[in-house]
Amino acid sequence: MRRRIFPLIGLAVFMMLPPLATWIGEPYLVSTFTRIVIFAIAAVTLDLLIGFGGMVSFGHAAFFGLGAYVSGIIAHHAAEQITLFGLPATDQALIIWPLAILVSAAAALVIGFLSLRTSGVHFIMITLAFAQMLYFLFVSMEKYGGDDGLMMLERNPLPGLDMSDDWSFYYLCLGLLAVVLFILGRLINARFGMVLRSIKQSGPRARSLGISSLAYRLTAFCIAGAGAGLAGALMANHNGFVSPALLHWTLSGDILIMVVLGGIGTLYGPVLGAVIFLALEEFLPLAFEGAGLPGFKEHWRVVFGPLLIVIVLFAKSGLYGFLLGKEAADV
Amino acid sequence: MTSKFILALAGGLLAAVSAQAADPVKIGMITTLSTGAGYLGQEVRDGFMLAVNEEGGKLGGVPVKVMVEDDGRKPGNGKQIAERFLKRDKVEIMTGVIFSNIAPVVAPMTLKAGAFYISPNAAPSTFAGKSCNQNYFAVAWQNDNLHETAGAQANGLGYKNAFILAPNYQAGKDALTGFKRFFKGKIVGETYVKLGQKDYAAEIAQIRAAKPDMVFHFLPGGMGIGFLKQYVQSGLKKTIPLVVSSVSMDHRIMTAVGDMAVGVRNSSHWNADFDNAANKAFVAGYQKAYGKMPTVFASQGYDTAKLIASALKATGGKVTADADGFRAALKKADFAAVRGDFKFGNNNHPVQSWVGRIVEKDSSGKLINRSTGVIWKDHQDAYAKDCPLK
Amino acid sequence: MLLFFEQLLNGVQLGVFLFLLAAGLTLIFGIMGVINLAHGSLYMAGAFASALALRLSGSFTLALIAAPLAAGLVGLAMEVIVIRRLYARDHLDQVLATFGLILFFNEIAAISFGRQPLFMNIPPALNSTVELLPGAPYPVYRLLIIIAGLLVAGLLYVLISRSRAGSLIRAGSTDQEMLSALGINVKMLFALVFAFGAMLAGFAGGLAGPLLSVEIGMGENILILTFVVIVIGGIGSIRGAFAGALLVGIADTLGRAFLPGLLKLMLPPAEADGIAAGLASMAIYILMAGILIWRPAGLFPPQGRSGA
Repeated sequence: MRRRIFPLIGLAVFMMLPPLATWIGEPYLVSTFTRIVIFAIAAVTLDLLIGFGGMVSFGHAAFFGLGAYVSGIIAHHAAEQITLFGLPATDQALIIWPLAILVSAAAALVIGFLSLRTSGVHFIMITLAFAQMLYFLFVSMEKYGGDDGLMMLERNPLPGLDMSDDWSFYYLCLGLLAVVLFILGRLINARFGMVLRSIKQSGPRARSLGISSLAYRLTAFCIAGAGAGLAGALMANHNGFVSPALLHWTLSGDILIMVVLGGIGTLYGPVLGAVIFLALEEFLPLAFEGAGLPGFKEHWRVVFGPLLIVIVLFAKSGLYGFLLGKEAADV
Repeated sequence: MTSKFILALAGGLLAAVSAQAADPVKIGMITTLSTGAGYLGQEVRDGFMLAVNEEGGKLGGVPVKVMVEDDGRKPGNGKQIAERFLKRDKVEIMTGVIFSNIAPVVAPMTLKAGAFYISPNAAPSTFAGKSCNQNYFAVAWQNDNLHETAGAQANGLGYKNAFILAPNYQAGKDALTGFKRFFKGKIVGETYVKLGQKDYAAEIAQIRAAKPDMVFHFLPGGMGIGFLKQYVQSGLKKTIPLVVSSVSMDHRIMTAVGDMAVGVRNSSHWNADFDNAANKAFVAGYQKAYGKMPTVFASQGYDTAKLIASALKATGGKVTADADGFRAALKKADFAAVRGDFKFGNNNHPVQSWVGRIVEKDSSGKLINRSTGVIWKDHQDAYAKDCPLK
Repeated sequence: MLLFFEQLLNGVQLGVFLFLLAAGLTLIFGIMGVINLAHGSLYMAGAFASALALRLSGSFTLALIAAPLAAGLVGLAMEVIVIRRLYARDHLDQVLATFGLILFFNEIAAISFGRQPLFMNIPPALNSTVELLPGAPYPVYRLLIIIAGLLVAGLLYVLISRSRAGSLIRAGSTDQEMLSALGINVKMLFALVFAFGAMLAGFAGGLAGPLLSVEIGMGENILILTFVVIVIGGIGSIRGAFAGALLVGIADTLGRAFLPGLLKLMLPPAEADGIAAGLASMAIYILMAGILIWRPAGLFPPQGRSGA
């Protein structure tokens, strides 16, 4: 029962956030909320890999950053009116965003195909290595700003929506998060999801049943990559800026933490994880200041690090699992 | 009833207006206080606050409220802070940005919001040429100047060929381009290293093999220090001298590396030994307030505050309320800069002199950067001609 | 040719240095099955300890002793408080908990030492060069690192293959129950192995101090390199770590030294520089991906344990 109600309550809360921010006189908070929603998209797709596919990818930021760069680069070409691969560039979101998703999915196909030859720690490390490779690739791309990154002066326009309005953009991201969650929910409960979980639980047995484990896992990897690509494109639009920092391995770590904070193997958990993580990031420094320790303001991680350890050691099912009790596990 | 209402309204308005007059001018300072390069921002902040504290919390007789936030050298952080400053706190003057990867995020937001952007450090070419802006002022220099001057100094020292290296990112490439713009000799080797690289064994072996007259590098902060140490160890420093820009050999770096710095040539628009009244007061005041020698970054923070003070004084504390007046007053640059002569070019970037410096030990054995003479007088940047501003 | 020899030596030096870190990491993984992201923090602890010891005592020898000692103690505490609880957990938990440790240690270092890099000078006796081949002077200090690293490698080999402690360790990686049955305190053994790995990392940190700068986050970059090393070598294998370390050290150095020249033969110089620098920084990751695709468990997968 709670399982059905929580997401609806969550949606209602998210809907209410911008007016709430205005009401308490902190309208700039909408920007923070948008970040949360965007990272939530990245986190739920990563959970498809970890929680349902048993693939601990430590390179999810690669697809996130790739999606961001695709929109950044195309918008840059459009703004400077330079052709891209001989085609005129556009700044239309309806063209750029699907492209970002497509490119990220294609990269996930290649990286996943190579990485899935390994398992366990090797899989963790090879996904990290591929992400680092892409990171250094963008650092050395002088044409697109290298380490300094690339500015996007305007958000990609979408017909019928004023993209420069922060509220509109927030609700758009929220809508996309809902769509992603809907699709993932359908997938997980369909045959695809069951096969994926059975492969996770017993790779060899699933194989003996005649299921091509690689095909299923690779498909999941591509879907997750595509979702991260969408999140990346949104982040590029939100920041008005892309830089290699979006592909850095610590960001992969951050997204991983969101998944665990919220609850591995739950559909909605990672959303909650993103909320907690980014809220802590925003408010722990302020808490130090409030506690009369302004000198510790920039050292909030000294609390966050041990907190993370405690959560991993003692609260494995994440906050969502805690809230839902047993119900969380069965999706 | 109506008249009462109007009276009340008028009273309220009056109260609001008078409250506004007493409100201090809000200055947002987004700077880099953490990471290994955090001392740059700390020095800028300390220099700036020295000027504010000299007047007891005022600049040019106008009360100011300076809000300082750390961007952690990340553009994303810079954007969030800028958003908060502009939307929530309604700052009218934005300053503090150290790194050229933060400026392209913070500056456009600030300008779009109608506030003034006054940089105490970073000044990438983007805002110096055709995209210059009437409300964007750079107090320190245009980025290229730092390295152009090193090239000119190398000419003056008679070097015929050079090996140059920098990290593989925009500012690094700009640095080498700047150096080459004025260096008349031959470049026998040009190498890009990974940003944040610590071990330079491979590069130093390449330098040894290339046998240049001199080496120029732009390796900010810890990178440059690591390089210098390994360079000394390799025995090359005795035969192939280093010529760098001021940011690669400021007072902090010099004291950190100790005796190894002796003999390193560098160039700057400011030096602690400049003989003018403003500078003497600044150096003494800084030492008294913070118990250490100021770096070039502190001088830039101080000059930035003094520039703002001169403009606030001219407008009586009005910033965006009298944007034209404030802008004109800034452009006049009517203040005694600690670097001596200073004026703005058409693109709101400095036109100023540059001197050579060499690291030496003074009579008491302390390391100092001694000025060796003027390299350029009234030097302007290469982009000013593309800027439509007058 | 002389230049190539010198660069090769530089590559070996980097490789040997990486081995010091990789040995501990791979030992800990091979025996306890723990993937420890905070290994870089132990390296940092060693570097800070040696910088502090040098500042207080002025003796470089003391600094080099302080480094492994401090890192060993930190490592022991880390094992007892956190790592011990991770042995039975999956890799994801290990990655996250030790990621939390990194955040913690970086901030602790920032609070105690500030964010500015600390600098240690090389003792004057070591601050010179020797001519290994005529016309190719080589810094004594780097030579010292090579020798120290090779000594440690030799010591490890003897320790693991010849001594009683080594046979216990080897047994621990295969059959913990038998060890306990023999009356050996497995908990203690694991703690000691972890501390030993930490000491090696701390020693590397102490050695690195005078060469590089001692600063917050110095552990992370090297950590990733170290992971590349042990993954290439086969996780859990000391022999593999040695081979992987040399391979990575040489590939990285030669890439940085000669890729720009090579690319300039094919591309316009302005583009070649940037691309070469990019490729050089990607070189080891490409190497790693290539090796894993060819041999998914690395070059020398240990026999007892599957690649997991």
